[in-house]
Amino acid sequence: MAALGGDRRALARLLTAVENRTPVAEAALRELYPKAGRAHLVGITGPPGSGKSTLVAAIIGRLREAGRSVAVLAVDPSSPITGGALLGDRVRMQAYAGDRDVFIRSMAARGHAGGLSSATGAAAAVLDAAGFDLILIETVGTGQSEVEVAAMADTTVVLEAPEMGDEVQAIKAGLLEVADIVVVNKGDRPGAQRTAAQLRAMLVAAPKVGRGDGRPRPKAPEVLLTTAATGEGVPQLLAALERHRAAGQGSDAAATRLARAEAQVWAIAAERLRSRLHDPTHRSATASTLRAVADHDLDPYAAADRLLADVE
Amino acid sequence: MPDRPIKVLIAKPGLDGHDRGAKVLARGLRDEGFEVVYTGLRQTPEMIATAALQEDVDVVGLSILSGAHMTLLPRICRLLQEEHLDDVLVTAGGIIPDDDVPALKEAGVDEVFGPGTTIREVADYLRANVHPRD
Repeated sequence: MAALGGDRRALARLLTAVENRTPVAEAALRELYPKAGRAHLVGITGPPGSGKSTLVAAIIGRLREAGRSVAVLAVDPSSPITGGALLGDRVRMQAYAGDRDVFIRSMAARGHAGGLSSATGAAAAVLDAAGFDLILIETVGTGQSEVEVAAMADTTVVLEAPEMGDEVQAIKAGLLEVADIVVVNKGDRPGAQRTAAQLRAMLVAAPKVGRGDGRPRPKAPEVLLTTAATGEGVPQLLAALERHRAAGQGSDAAATRLARAEAQVWAIAAERLRSRLHDPTHRSATASTLRAVADHDLDPYAAADRLLADVE
Repeated sequence: MPDRPIKVLIAKPGLDGHDRGAKVLARGLRDEGFEVVYTGLRQTPEMIATAALQEDVDVVGLSILSGAHMTLLPRICRLLQEEHLDDVLVTAGGIIPDDDVPALKEAGVDEVFGPGTTIREVADYLRANVHPRD
């Protein structure tokens, strides 16, 4: 292992520091960042109950047979009411206890929308620097538009369950658009083949507009069928991940990396701005500006300009 | 007390299939503002120690109704110690006779909660006793 000398407890503690955004974490991330960038970051997303965790467990099994190390970041939602969370993804992944080359970490979203927690990117960088070959990022159960994982992962896998919608669902904008690979899981269920065929028909035929002129264009994802609970189709999925990674040394991958860098830097900049607005120097001015907006004495645009001017 | 949520592992060691209590507690602690990692039924001591290590939890809560607590719980405590997880609070619940409690505490279990314990009592105990981290 590259960083942390393979010390799993130190790695776990550092991930906690990253989640809690402590000064220790920032110092460590600054040091680790140059060592990251080697791992294959794979996002796994899809609706609740579509089989993300079970598929992750099946992928781990196959990767370990091939002798490759793997880390998992499994995100589940936090309660908007109490801040608590039930992190249940590990239930499906418990077969790898004692294997030093498998590291599974649950994360609560902690109020962050978009399918991940705000610390997921930094946590992935830590695991990357720690030397894992592949990092699986499992989002919360997503709906149609939680596409944040696509900016974070080199390869984004979107899971669908059979009979979840017709062709019109397949051509809606959002989650399916960011898929590099679409997986119809529960392939042993009735309708799985038809769902895969419909998705194939609607997605693979996406017109490659604007090729070469730098304009964004729709992806044409592979559509695969898996039965994660039995492992059927998982080798084909791993092969597709490899193909995507091998093909992804071109401009698409560069654009993904740039988007990831932008997302990371923006998140940190926004956090810094927020904490400066709440520091002892600015706290009361910020509060009175916010109160003015709440009372409709000030519009939110003027308030934002005022807050930005305050911290300059 | 840290302002971050306390992270708790709820695990069921051994072979009994009675996970209602563990699920009720996991859900109840969620509602008390804890981050609860639930790992499901039939966990080996090694699985529990691995999960506690990787998740960096503050608390390991063990639910056992099979009668094998005198074998499994000390073994889990020993594995946690071997991983240097000395600052993790270990609690147990389920069907554990009072006569066994002193030996379990000797083995490293911090507290045993019997039938009739309320979720609020468990939550208050955890908040009061979790080991502070830097």
